[in-house]
Amino acid sequence: MKLLVSLLLCLCIPLAWATEANAPKLDIGKGGQCVRDPQWMRKNHMHLLIHQRDEAVRKGIRDEQISLKNCVECHASLKDDSVIAREDSFCAGCHRYEAVKIDCFECHASKRRVALAKKDEK
Amino acid sequence: MSDLDTQRRQFLKTSLGAAAVAIAPGMLLFDTAQGKTEAASSKVRWGMLIDTAQCKTGCNDCVTACNKENGLSGGTLPTDSQWMRKIDIKDISNGHETSLPMMCQHCEEPPCVDVCPTGASFKRADGIVLVDKHRCIGCRYCMMACPYKARSFVHEPLHDQNPDVPRGKGTVESCTMCVHRIDKGQQPACAQACPNKAILFGNLNDANSEIAQKLRSVASVQVRADLQLNPGIRYQGL
Repeated sequence: MKLLVSLLLCLCIPLAWATEANAPKLDIGKGGQCVRDPQWMRKNHMHLLIHQRDEAVRKGIRDEQISLKNCVECHASLKDDSVIAREDSFCAGCHRYEAVKIDCFECHASKRRVALAKKDEK
Repeated sequence: MSDLDTQRRQFLKTSLGAAAVAIAPGMLLFDTAQGKTEAASSKVRWGMLIDTAQCKTGCNDCVTACNKENGLSGGTLPTDSQWMRKIDIKDISNGHETSLPMMCQHCEEPPCVDVCPTGASFKRADGIVLVDKHRCIGCRYCMMACPYKARSFVHEPLHDQNPDVPRGKGTVESCTMCVHRIDKGQQPACAQACPNKAILFGNLNDANSEIAQKLRSVASVQVRADLQLNPGIRYQGL
């Protein structure tokens, strides 16, 4: 029995290391935690966003804290002000890794507001 | 009751009080950082009164402001989005000319909402007619149903939209009465931009509002009143 457990452990540890090593390194922009801890957000951000979008569009309840606009404002890269422009961008990086296509940014702005304002001036 | 119990009770009371005092300001700050958390109310009905006597032929300021606010290209091809357009009409019997802006009339009984197969077209509780683009499949029934030709379809992919006004290819869109501004307590961009103050925006349900008082005192019409859609946009001097 002991042998089996130790064998399993030996198999699992490198596996855990391997997944950790492959996980995408993201450009988190300004970063910081304003809603929940990162692990919870990785699993559940889509539920927050889908709930917020219906409340905001249909009822006019605009909870700024969990709005997509607010996410982009902090998590857009400090280099190019975008959450999808590069392979390691905050949204694109993970979604590429997980092979989940997002179409949020076909309509929603993927850039920080200041970057868009600068572009208008040009 | 033992002395120990009383002491414990006293301790709990004071610590609870202290905790409340410590947390309360934080909660207040938290609330103000949340944005608008109450839903649009059906006690309000947003509307506009457009004074055509003050609307000048050739002036396009409201349309320009609308385009800028909502990130529209400003093109006037059939494939370009136009949320608001200026119309010049002439009475051929006497040559009297009138100029007026035409856009979504935010009907109380909107035909676009009646025909929408997915529930994407909807009327918010405060009377603003909107497209929920998350549900829009781009079938364009609403565009055919609208008697005011107020809706546009987005034909091409878009980039760098205004963060407050998401727009995208394959969906229908129209005047939102600048709902993102209204929710912040501001006026629609067109009403603010009009140099002659020809567009009066306000709450039709509030008897004391400027718009309700003016509607009571001057003659106004609904465009295509025969359809009995009860639009929220009214015209004076038409």
